[in-house]
Amino acid sequence: MTVHADYRLSQLAELEAESIHIFREVAAEFEKPVLMFSGGKDSIVMMRLAEKAFFPAKIPFPVLQIDTGYDFPEVLQTRDHWVDRLGVRLVIASVEDAIASGVVVDDGKTSRNRLQTGTLLHAIEEEGFTAAFGGGRRDEEKARAKERVYSHRDDFGQWDPKNQRPELWSLYNGRLHAGEHMRIFPLSNWTELDIWHYIGAEEIEIPNIYFAHQRRVFLRDNMLFSESEHNPMRAGEKIEERTVRFRTVGDLTLTGCVESQADTIGAVIDEIAIARVTERGATRGDDRFSEAAMEDRKREGYF
Amino acid sequence: MAGPAMDLLRFATAGSVDDGKSTLIGRLLLDSKSIFEDQLEAVESTSRSRGYDYTDLALLTDGLRSEREQGITIDVAYRYFATPRRKFIIADTPGHVQYTRNMVTGASTADLGLVLVDARQGLTEQSRRHAVILSLLRVPHLVLCVNKMDLVDYAEDKFDEIHAEFTSFATKLAIPDLTIVPISALKGDNVVTRSAHMDWYSGPSLLHHLENVHVASDRDLVDTRFPVQYVVRPKSDEYHDYRGYAGRVAGGVLKPGDEVLVLPSGMTSKISEIDLFDKQLDEAFPPMSVTVRLEDDVDVSRGDMICRPQNAPQPSQDIDAMICWMSSTPLRPRQKLSIKHTTRAARTMIKDVQYRLDVNSLHRDLETKELGLNEIGRVQLRTTSPLLCDPYEKNRTTGSFILIDEATGVTVGAGMINSSS
Repeated sequence: MTVHADYRLSQLAELEAESIHIFREVAAEFEKPVLMFSGGKDSIVMMRLAEKAFFPAKIPFPVLQIDTGYDFPEVLQTRDHWVDRLGVRLVIASVEDAIASGVVVDDGKTSRNRLQTGTLLHAIEEEGFTAAFGGGRRDEEKARAKERVYSHRDDFGQWDPKNQRPELWSLYNGRLHAGEHMRIFPLSNWTELDIWHYIGAEEIEIPNIYFAHQRRVFLRDNMLFSESEHNPMRAGEKIEERTVRFRTVGDLTLTGCVESQADTIGAVIDEIAIARVTERGATRGDDRFSEAAMEDRKREGYF
Repeated sequence: MAGPAMDLLRFATAGSVDDGKSTLIGRLLLDSKSIFEDQLEAVESTSRSRGYDYTDLALLTDGLRSEREQGITIDVAYRYFATPRRKFIIADTPGHVQYTRNMVTGASTADLGLVLVDARQGLTEQSRRHAVILSLLRVPHLVLCVNKMDLVDYAEDKFDEIHAEFTSFATKLAIPDLTIVPISALKGDNVVTRSAHMDWYSGPSLLHHLENVHVASDRDLVDTRFPVQYVVRPKSDEYHDYRGYAGRVAGGVLKPGDEVLVLPSGMTSKISEIDLFDKQLDEAFPPMSVTVRLEDDVDVSRGDMICRPQNAPQPSQDIDAMICWMSSTPLRPRQKLSIKHTTRAARTMIKDVQYRLDVNSLHRDLETKELGLNEIGRVQLRTTSPLLCDPYEKNRTTGSFILIDEATGVTVGAGMINSSS
């Protein structure tokens, strides 16, 4: 990262410094932190920042992944590379297991994305995690724009947006009662473009599905979805081969891709710079249901 | 767009729906192409369904359901935009009296504060209050936007009147840099480009000012302050003897070879290396996060402060501070609270409420001995262990603290240190 000669930091260097400060503060003040790792670009940037925060020591907390059973194989592969290289402990909480043990109920109508919430809260409680780092950014969505860096969750894992603690300067309040936990958002002030610039500047390894590739897809609700055994086709839908890339990665039954020729980080940055639709709006079925979809899921304890 | 080399400006806006703050923010986001089609469409459709005949850009920032239902902004919302010169973080705070705590929160991290007034109304109690809070929080740059100039026929004398009134009011406040811009957020005059309607105004457009205001020199580059956050001890074969002190530089410039004093122990040593990940730096300055190594094996832990032998904060248990109270249960003498200052935590007792400050008139009420929700006052505290602090006017990091209710765990107060003894 470049440092200006006149004691000015570039905005990326300043964001990095802020995030590193947050990681260290949490590691110092919480008994059992965990990093929620989805394999997506934001959580990979979190891994990189955590690596920097504690170097040359190892990251002093495990990483937690919620396995929906519907994850992209490319994403799991990248996850394993990162976990091996950093030598961190990986905790996997599987939605399948949570269904099998009755922690969550698969009624056939609820998406895997929604079932993740129960699985996640169960894992946090089982392992006794007191702080969970998430890759949420305030530029993503309106409800997130008002969320704190330290975001308090009650006994039930719920977020109460009207009752958030004031957050001043860089003085974070990590007080908890038994059974409560804190969600920590070290990327709060990053934008989608910042994430990409950082991935480029730091040459960070991310899953290749973020770059343009050939894929068998079908059109549903104006979004392109990947062909998959988990994604049964409906009447009238047909498979086509297109050149696409993903702007977000998640449950593959809900995460659409966009047509794109962007096969390098530079090309992706150019594409985002002129994009007219937010990444969640473009490719996330889960945020489309209502104006307050994200707020509702967050209240329940979603990421 | 948001290139890696550009710098960052954080600014706080305050105002109510009536003075066009949302329109102004909406315009900055729209004109810098930071609003996406799906966001704009959502706002347009909500505006239509509510029967408005205009697109209510306030809906862009009113993120929570209760805010949309009540049509008011309750909480601080953070918005982001970038021009080729700079990235901007806006802390958008509601202007109502009862939300002083949100304005204080938004202002606490701001390099610049933006206050709006309606050209037809001139200065109001609310705009004065906003300026007072920004000056209490030592936001180094203030911009007063005289908005709705289109509704007073772009009249120079109207602007001059408000200009004179505000300038005279501002002399009573700590505002190192004041800029006053006549604008029309609705019509776009002097927002992004200079207006053709106001030849008599020779200053910059608002955006030009935001892009060029110099903020790097606002940080203290003289008085070295490095609160230790975390001790890095790898305990691996490769880094067997590594012992690094991680933290964020709060003041001054640190260099390898510098003689340093560690507080509160009072031990001295020299900086051997400054690490940022796998690189060794020639220097570190605010607000960098680095890891400092020392030549000698001295005992340093979280909460300690690395500074210079001839330039150190005074460890103190008796603190005199301005406090903004954020709880509905009033602050009273003898009350006990937790305090967090830099990386140090302690307990504190309120010794005295010296006065309550009326943020509209600057009147000091010496009779009241308590502070209610959203009230600001001067308070004396005693802490259980010494804090390593500076006056807030010298350093916003080592001069600030938060107060935490010990029973609920909630942040109930924000403090700015006047002096310690």
